[in-house]
Amino acid sequence: MGERLRVLIAKPGLDGHDRGAKVVARALRDAGMEVIYTGLRQTPEMIVEAALQEDVDAVGLSILSGAHMMLVPRVIQGLREAGLDHVRVFVGGIIPDEDIPALKEAGVEAIFGPGTSTQTIVEAVRRACSGG
Amino acid sequence: MELVPRILEGDRRALARLISLIEDDGPPAQAALAALYPYTGRAHVVGVTGAPGTGKSTLVNELAKGFRRRGSTVGIIAVDPTSPFTGGALLGDRVRMRDLAGDPGIFIRSMATRGSLGGLARATGDVVKVLDAAGFAVILVETVGVGQAEVDIARTAHTTVVVEAPGLGDDVQALKAGLMEIADILVVNKADQPGAAQTARALEVALELGRNNAGPGKDAAWRPPVLKTIALDGSGVAEVLDAIAAHRAYLESSGLWSHREQARARADLIGALERELLARLLVQVGEEALEEWAARIARREADVYTAVQALLR
Repeated sequence: MGERLRVLIAKPGLDGHDRGAKVVARALRDAGMEVIYTGLRQTPEMIVEAALQEDVDAVGLSILSGAHMMLVPRVIQGLREAGLDHVRVFVGGIIPDEDIPALKEAGVEAIFGPGTSTQTIVEAVRRACSGG
Repeated sequence: MELVPRILEGDRRALARLISLIEDDGPPAQAALAALYPYTGRAHVVGVTGAPGTGKSTLVNELAKGFRRRGSTVGIIAVDPTSPFTGGALLGDRVRMRDLAGDPGIFIRSMATRGSLGGLARATGDVVKVLDAAGFAVILVETVGVGQAEVDIARTAHTTVVVEAPGLGDDVQALKAGLMEIADILVVNKADQPGAAQTARALEVALELGRNNAGPGKDAAWRPPVLKTIALDGSGVAEVLDAIAAHRAYLESSGLWSHREQARARADLIGALERELLARLLVQVGEEALEEWAARIARREADVYTAVQALLR
């Protein structure tokens, strides 16, 4: 049995809308991945700790609150400090176009806005984690 | 094999990495387990099992907090099912364990069953050993939501807590074989909901009936307590912690601790032998031979037992 992709899906910040996160978690599950779902209101520290303990290949952050420019870099920095540079970070939610270059600069692999098909997300995660 | 010394020094990243290697199986994992084995045998392994939705994860969260207050470090293994169709899994037990974040005395790992049917993953027993070697004093193992017969946990744990909730069945359910028989401690969770008292009473009656005809191998000296909890607000959890401690003391004073250790070692040995023998046979005869026989059996040209004898010849 080969190595199976493990992905953490987390919702940092204070907004309570987790439908998008659940849809993505389910899609990744149906694509054969092991998805660790952490639920609402995770701090960047909690996300980094869970990523470390669960030894994941990727972290998906769902953010609808508008706090992405504060939260995402803190998660990425925390991952680096924990020695988890290899973990790919994806962001989904409502992210204004003008913020995308800065997030990518910070180390985000890809950003998925409203209307992205789950197939696109599954393929992007698979490609990024297979050393692409 | 640099992971092993790092794990013994308390490196959590190395611990997480080795657990993945064990899940994926293979020679490096076996070598690491062999090196860690002398450091195992100190942890109290506590299983928490029960039907889906009875509140196992919430109870594990509360038990872990309680053990921490009492000065023990806690490793948690939370098992959820793998889809038989896609091989994927959604591991959601951490949702109920957010109180435990940020505590260096706690390590939580979610595991998918990856095809095992007994309520645990194949690798769960080995992951218990790694957490034991890493120095966690208590290891809580939460099974998948189980039905009636997924009782592997009783072989893995020293103490098995079976969680029930009101409204899941009448008193005949409590008489059936399986889950109830493996309980060292019975917990009726959601005790604030209607029917909790009846559920607890039905369990007491079933235990009493069982006690009168306790067969060989069933120790009559330990009577599983029936405890009521409301895991959401922590009510009754202290009593469960006390019962777990009392059960450990009982196992040690009665000599059953070493008895259970040996039973577990035997089960581990048989499991490892089965896997190794099957792997070696497949190398010898080849996967194609297996498929050919499967096709012949399906076409009714041969039967399973004839095929086994032919493959082993």
